[in-house]
Amino acid sequence: MLVKVVSKNFDIPNSHKLEVAKANGRYSSIEKLFTMTPDEVTKEVTLSGLRGKGGGGAPCGPKWELMPKNDPRPAYLIVNGDESEPGTFKDRQIFQYDPHLLIEGIICSCYAINAHDAYIYIRGEYKWFIDRLNEAIDEAYEAGIIGEKVMGHDFRVDITVHRGGGAYICGEKSALIESLEGKRGHPRLKPHGKECEWFFDNPATVNNVETIATVPFIVENGYQAYTAYGTEKSPGTMLFAMSGPVKNPGVYELAFGNKMIDVINQIGGGMKEGKKLKAVIPGGSSCPILTAQEVEKAVLDYESMWDIGSTLGTGGMMIIDDSMNMVEVAKNLIEFYHHESCGQCTPCREGCGWIDKVLARVLAGEGSEKDLDIILDVCETMNGKTVCVFAPAVKDIIKSIVQKFRHEFIKEFKNN
Amino acid sequence: MSKFKYTPENEEKFQKQLKRYPNSNSMMLPALWLVQEQEGWVSPEAMIFVADKLNKQPIEVYEFATFYTMFNLKPIGTYHIELCKTLSCMVMGSRDLKKFIKDTIGIGPGETSEDGLFHFSEVECLGACGGAPMFALNGQYHENQSVESLKKVIEECKNASKSSK
Repeated sequence: MLVKVVSKNFDIPNSHKLEVAKANGRYSSIEKLFTMTPDEVTKEVTLSGLRGKGGGGAPCGPKWELMPKNDPRPAYLIVNGDESEPGTFKDRQIFQYDPHLLIEGIICSCYAINAHDAYIYIRGEYKWFIDRLNEAIDEAYEAGIIGEKVMGHDFRVDITVHRGGGAYICGEKSALIESLEGKRGHPRLKPHGKECEWFFDNPATVNNVETIATVPFIVENGYQAYTAYGTEKSPGTMLFAMSGPVKNPGVYELAFGNKMIDVINQIGGGMKEGKKLKAVIPGGSSCPILTAQEVEKAVLDYESMWDIGSTLGTGGMMIIDDSMNMVEVAKNLIEFYHHESCGQCTPCREGCGWIDKVLARVLAGEGSEKDLDIILDVCETMNGKTVCVFAPAVKDIIKSIVQKFRHEFIKEFKNN
Repeated sequence: MSKFKYTPENEEKFQKQLKRYPNSNSMMLPALWLVQEQEGWVSPEAMIFVADKLNKQPIEVYEFATFYTMFNLKPIGTYHIELCKTLSCMVMGSRDLKKFIKDTIGIGPGETSEDGLFHFSEVECLGACGGAPMFALNGQYHENQSVESLKKVIEECKNASKSSK
């Protein structure tokens, strides 16, 4: 069930060191890269069906095609390593075990979009991983892998690690750029038509760490090697993270299309002794929750997850067992969102606080069924009325918990 | 003029990183990180210093620093315990760890112990859900924790403090 595309070197001792990384295939795609034109690289990635692994799932190649051609302004690649979505801890595996794969992916991606400067924005809490990545970047500079001439080729790539300051919203790509520009991380209003991102009014592309780390495999082996994994509409692989009361929590690379329950039981080792599966939040905390019955039917690819009324998100599965009170689960998550709302849009800023207060009242024994109507009403008031998808994400998770576990909220009222 | 100054090493780091960006505005986060690494917190004096360096008003730096939760805007204890409280950590028992900190050190979220040794922050997801419950001690991750292992870490901090006196 496990596959090795991005995670190929994860288990090799000292895989983060350049010498070991090179001995195990890192930078082997670069020679082929420079025999291709940038358009050919982009086309290969488009044909591979590679999708953004940061939660949105947007196709990577078409995103690169949005970069303007023959623009005199410098272009930039921004790598999103903010990884703050609860349940998500996959990109740190790349920082820890294979940082040279990320550097190799950055070289390939910069070449495709004609960028020479790449910024890796990493959440501030990942200090240890930032140090590890910086060591690898220093090694790559010293070896002439990056810098003025990439491995002797007439192409410059400079990579800078930018440490975040502890704001979840900076994982949203436009908020990330605002933060990189030295401002509060407030998401930008999106233009009507599709276009690239803008960094100090220069064209830029933002891609997730895992997405960039997948590119060398596609360049080296061709798109068919990647589409050989997964399903027709969700080709390839993904680093799925599993947390909660299972025997083997962790990060596992899987092709798309596996049954969720098989992954939990066979790779996760099933539930811990004495625990029974109650629910799973499938792809980070903003994806609608699945009941244990729904988990039996769930398949881990984008389309199947939409069909079942949820989303694949980042692939970060949060397992919840039957000892948990779902009102407390909802309260825990709304506290997170209330704390992390950037405050720019009133429906989000006030809505999160409102739901938080109502749930506090419910848990304090002062709730009634009317409170559930208020929560659902506030969810709808927030949905679609804000600059970014933070508020719709709150609506998705909270509404799904209230609707699917309504009986537990009612039990809470009756207990009190 | 601010009385705060970077150490020569940090001034060198600042100048080196400044060259990496197309606009000095991008130095806001790196400049404040250098301050916090040097002093342990970001003082009003340091914010004026950063404002001067980046050609900004001090209020702009203050507005920025208050948005990002990792900047300490007042001095904190020697050992900063950041306990993750978000869902996977809660499911795996972070509330027990919180209670233990309250019972043994006597501090709640946002508080510093009277002797200045410990500062406790209850934080949102630290991206270590597979190792839940977890906490960071001065930025270093401690995963798969229990009350017993937390007790041991606290004792180690106390002993290290005694031996350094």
